[in-house]
Amino acid sequence: MAVVTPTVPSTEDADRRALRNRRISDALTILVVGVLLVIVLFPFWWVLRTALTTPQTVFTNTSSLFPTEFTTFNFERVLGFIDPSEYVGTEGSTGVTAGQLNFFLYMRNSFIVSTLITVGQTLFSTMAAYAFARLKFPGRDVIFFLYLTGLMVPAIVVFVPNFVLVRQLDLIGTIPGIVAPFFLMTPFAVFFMRQFFLSLNKDLVEAATLDGATKLGVFWRVALPLVQGPILTLGILTFISSWNEYLWPLLVGRDESVRVLTVALGIFRQQTPQGAPDWTGLMAGTAVAIIPTMLLFIFLGRRVVDSIQFSGFK
Amino acid sequence: MTASSTSHSVLDQPSLFQRLIRLLTDHETFLAYVLILPSVIGFTIFLAVPAVRALFISFYEWNLLTPAEYVGFGNYEYLFGDSRFWGSLGTTVAYVLWNIPLQTVLAVLIAVLLDRFSVALSSILRGLVILPWLMPNVIVALLWLWILDPSIGIMNVVLNTVGIQDQPFFGSPDQALPSIAMVNIWRHVGYTAILVYAGLKTIPKSLYEAAAIDGANATRQFFGITLPLLRPVLVFVLVTSVIGSFQVFDTIAVTTGGGPVGSTRTIIYYIYEQVFERRINMGRATAASVVLFIILVGVTLLQMRYLRSNQSDLADYS
Repeated sequence: MAVVTPTVPSTEDADRRALRNRRISDALTILVVGVLLVIVLFPFWWVLRTALTTPQTVFTNTSSLFPTEFTTFNFERVLGFIDPSEYVGTEGSTGVTAGQLNFFLYMRNSFIVSTLITVGQTLFSTMAAYAFARLKFPGRDVIFFLYLTGLMVPAIVVFVPNFVLVRQLDLIGTIPGIVAPFFLMTPFAVFFMRQFFLSLNKDLVEAATLDGATKLGVFWRVALPLVQGPILTLGILTFISSWNEYLWPLLVGRDESVRVLTVALGIFRQQTPQGAPDWTGLMAGTAVAIIPTMLLFIFLGRRVVDSIQFSGFK
Repeated sequence: MTASSTSHSVLDQPSLFQRLIRLLTDHETFLAYVLILPSVIGFTIFLAVPAVRALFISFYEWNLLTPAEYVGFGNYEYLFGDSRFWGSLGTTVAYVLWNIPLQTVLAVLIAVLLDRFSVALSSILRGLVILPWLMPNVIVALLWLWILDPSIGIMNVVLNTVGIQDQPFFGSPDQALPSIAMVNIWRHVGYTAILVYAGLKTIPKSLYEAAAIDGANATRQFFGITLPLLRPVLVFVLVTSVIGSFQVFDTIAVTTGGGPVGSTRTIIYYIYEQVFERRINMGRATAASVVLFIILVGVTLLQMRYLRSNQSDLADYS
């Protein structure tokens, strides 16, 4: 494959032995990576395979690698296109639980929550990061030190007081209540953006100032365009983590009208009254729920991988 | 620092409003305060004050409905006398011990393997390996609950074909915690591997060539060059993943709900129970959070000290 192997034939015995060893180790590498990939990717296939199986056969033919009775029924009911109650009473559906998910509502809620958090957090953290990196003002170092300390406070420490606060503000069961703690900043986001502003070229700033740009103009017209890449990266990471957030929306947004997808799927699983959980429905819901982050990743994936490399060092 | 340098003619006196705008946009201190204001508000309201507030609440008995009652160290005394609390600490440590070593070793292995492929191919492989990390914890938990279902899950079918009998996984007190660890390793190992891979890329190839000329084989090169020079990255990975796994919650909430017989009740799940599943007890919940915070700061400081003392490994070689 793409592994580099010496191609020049050698008459030396040692070289030939080295070449053979190299080939063996290359083959081993490919084998091990192949096995790892199967382990990593097989569950994704299992989601799809289960989601495309009829609720009855999922319990009878558990070892088949492909859907035994192919159907799009689960996707249709999860998306609300058919009413599962019509199905449950019918022949052959004995013992089958088939729930329904108000899918588009939860999807919409997840979108609103994630988008608000992403836009707010990225914007305000970038603004603050620029001030911390490039401007001088009284109290700068003290405030930034406090932010760094905040980075170490585990989420759970502030969850209970924040829950109390959100409750006092009467925001339980509202989208602002779910969004509020993450809307204005996270210490991580400020820290992340500050690193990029620190590395900006000083000459550009001086040139712009000489051209008569105001301090705000330098930020807006010179610095911001230069950190578009990092801003996009921060946005993607923020969107993915807010989309995946579970505990806080579970505490604040249990109510149907503001329930996000992760919470809805958790509740959907608990709802199966008796007997086995509704696996085919759950897997169909799962398959659809990961589509947004998957799409985001497919279109902007390289940046995510690159940004992870970055955050490993700064 | 520097005020506006633009001059205005006497005839063209700026209005008060214009001067204010000018002050806000061009005076360094004012602009800085405008820029950090929203973030400072967010930090104060949702991080700094709650952290201090948590400390206060931990000295009260409070169920959110009736007025809080000061109990001094009562909540802490309750915790230290509660066997379930100690159990949850033990469970958390056991979880970290299941999770971290295995995940780190696997991540290093994957990173080293990825490094053997060409840049283009490894880029595709990295994209695939990180896919589980894009899934929400809850969905990962649901998926594995299905795969590891004791009676009809595919995992037992696979185990049967290699001659292993059916396993209970989440249903057994002995296997539930390791099962949760395996699920979370599946989700995070690719992410960790990519961090380690990025670390590998910083090691100069010339070191390996020099070692090869000296007759060092692959194993010796790995332990003599790769591992020591990866140390800063590995410590970063360890600090973040240890902090993360001390706070494991989502997977447990979906798969076992702390059971069977409390075998997966970690400290965060214990806190969650104090708030939502038993009589609401904010004081005990925050007291337990404070204990967790102290543990985390201790663990982090220890690891940070270790990190700083090893930062210059690469300088010794290059």
